[in-house]
Amino acid sequence: MAQRIDVKDVNIYYGDFRAVEGVSMTVDPKSVTAFIGPSGCGKSTFLRTLNRMHEVIPGAYVEGKVELEGVDLYGEDVDPVAVRRNIGMVFQRPNPFPTMSIRDNVLAGVKLNNRKISKSDAEDLVEASLRGANLWNEVKDRLDRPGSGLSGGQQQRLCIARAIAVKPQVVLMDEPCSALDPISTLAIEDLIQELKKDYTIVIVTHNMQQAARVSDRTAFFNIAGTGKPGRLIEMNDTATIFSSPAEKATEDYVSGRFG
Amino acid sequence: MSADTSTMDATERTRALLTTAEPRRRRTDRIMAVLIWGAFLLAMVPLVSLLWTVLFTGAGRISIDFLTFSMRGIFGGDPSGGIYHAVTGTLIITGCATLISVPIGILVAIYLVEYGRGPLARAVTFFVDVMTGIPSIVAGLFAVALFTIFFGPGARFGLIGAVALSVLMIPVVVRSCEEMLKLVPNELREAAYALGVPKWLTIVRIVLRTAVAGLTTSVLLAVARVIGETAPLLVAVGVTDSINFDPSEGRMMTLPVFIYRQYSQGLATCREGQANCVADIALQNAWGAALTLIAIVMLLNIAGRLVNRWFAPKTR
Repeated sequence: MAQRIDVKDVNIYYGDFRAVEGVSMTVDPKSVTAFIGPSGCGKSTFLRTLNRMHEVIPGAYVEGKVELEGVDLYGEDVDPVAVRRNIGMVFQRPNPFPTMSIRDNVLAGVKLNNRKISKSDAEDLVEASLRGANLWNEVKDRLDRPGSGLSGGQQQRLCIARAIAVKPQVVLMDEPCSALDPISTLAIEDLIQELKKDYTIVIVTHNMQQAARVSDRTAFFNIAGTGKPGRLIEMNDTATIFSSPAEKATEDYVSGRFG
Repeated sequence: MSADTSTMDATERTRALLTTAEPRRRRTDRIMAVLIWGAFLLAMVPLVSLLWTVLFTGAGRISIDFLTFSMRGIFGGDPSGGIYHAVTGTLIITGCATLISVPIGILVAIYLVEYGRGPLARAVTFFVDVMTGIPSIVAGLFAVALFTIFFGPGARFGLIGAVALSVLMIPVVVRSCEEMLKLVPNELREAAYALGVPKWLTIVRIVLRTAVAGLTTSVLLAVARVIGETAPLLVAVGVTDSINFDPSEGRMMTLPVFIYRQYSQGLATCREGQANCVADIALQNAWGAALTLIAIVMLLNIAGRLVNRWFAPKTR
């Protein structure tokens, strides 16, 4: 189920502005990879190129190769919609669809694509996805209530349930806990540990303790200054990054000397 | 002892600090409040007076007969005529205009918000703005000129009026629907994209669905804007005293045109002792029709509110 991502020499642009340059990395299947770095260094931008969400912004484009099990996501005949179906995404702010019930939010990926699904299959999918997101016990009695009536942490787990309901290979998370309280954060971190048994997970975080807690490998991004492109400084096992990084900048950042 | 006095001092000083309002600021606040309330009341005077006049002059004429009879074969001061033909005419023509304008207007708004970039989008926005300023009589003449090409001179039927009203309605629908679509948070679009939903389905199932309450309001405002138009309908649809349900054939009466016609007729001459003659019946008809028109607009607004409530995103 989980798949591996190889990124080869990627440059990312917003119009004329080069936001990220020269990134190459490998994301292992069934593991958690964390991106850390100061604000504006291109972590989120880079994350969004992994499922072709970057190009949704007008004028934005990508150079280089992003290969999912050897298939270039930016190849001529690749359909970005199919890419996003295989590589799910959870956003910084929980964004359940306000017009839909909890059940319909989970089924959104199926229903919005007008795919037919039998009632019992739908029920099974809702339960499996909500269980997968550790939310089932809290909402099983009110599946017909609107999703926007849940608390922030529950909404974020609903968004995760919605993302895994389309059965992606990879789940990308863009600062999924930054709007949540510590208890909800803990719930999501536990969930990430569960999810990595089945999925490849990439998470962007500003919280270095979180990166240290949940990830197997960590990539540190940095910028030389405002207006300059972001770069991948160093990527290694999380333990190595936090104990004995090879680069001075990484050490300064993880020890809290800047950023 | 000394500690006590120092706390007392601190309390007093803080109280002085927090309770001194500058007299100047207080005065300005007063003056502004008076000015704003004054402006509000001044704006309300014509509105209240208008509603009052229409209600009290028009209410006396309203009856079942008035609402269900046409003016066919009614002359002079005969009070047995009604506005049925004008009500149906207004509803049919405005309905047709809505059917023409709403799809075009919403599609243009979708283009501008979801797809439009560069010179074409700027040109569309510019021409929509220009269209907003078209005088209604010009819209009427345009529609007549357009249909003259196909049906020859002298063609007068409901659809011509509907086209004229659409010219006035489309820019209003586009501008307000555009604002409503812009209100849909971008995060919802991105959430749908990230689930592998194609752009067009995202627009249909998420953007339009989320904005539907606002879109309804926009459409109703546009309807209210054109339902009282007189000049273009006078030119394009003409006048008649009979009922006509067919917008593709023959002249049609509408409420605004009816009001204009009745009012310009003035007083009827009643011979002494003549039964069934009311001298000012035409004026009464005009006021009754005006009240009916206002009532129709209000019913539309209430219907819009209900639709709004039904479709608005719920949180509980």
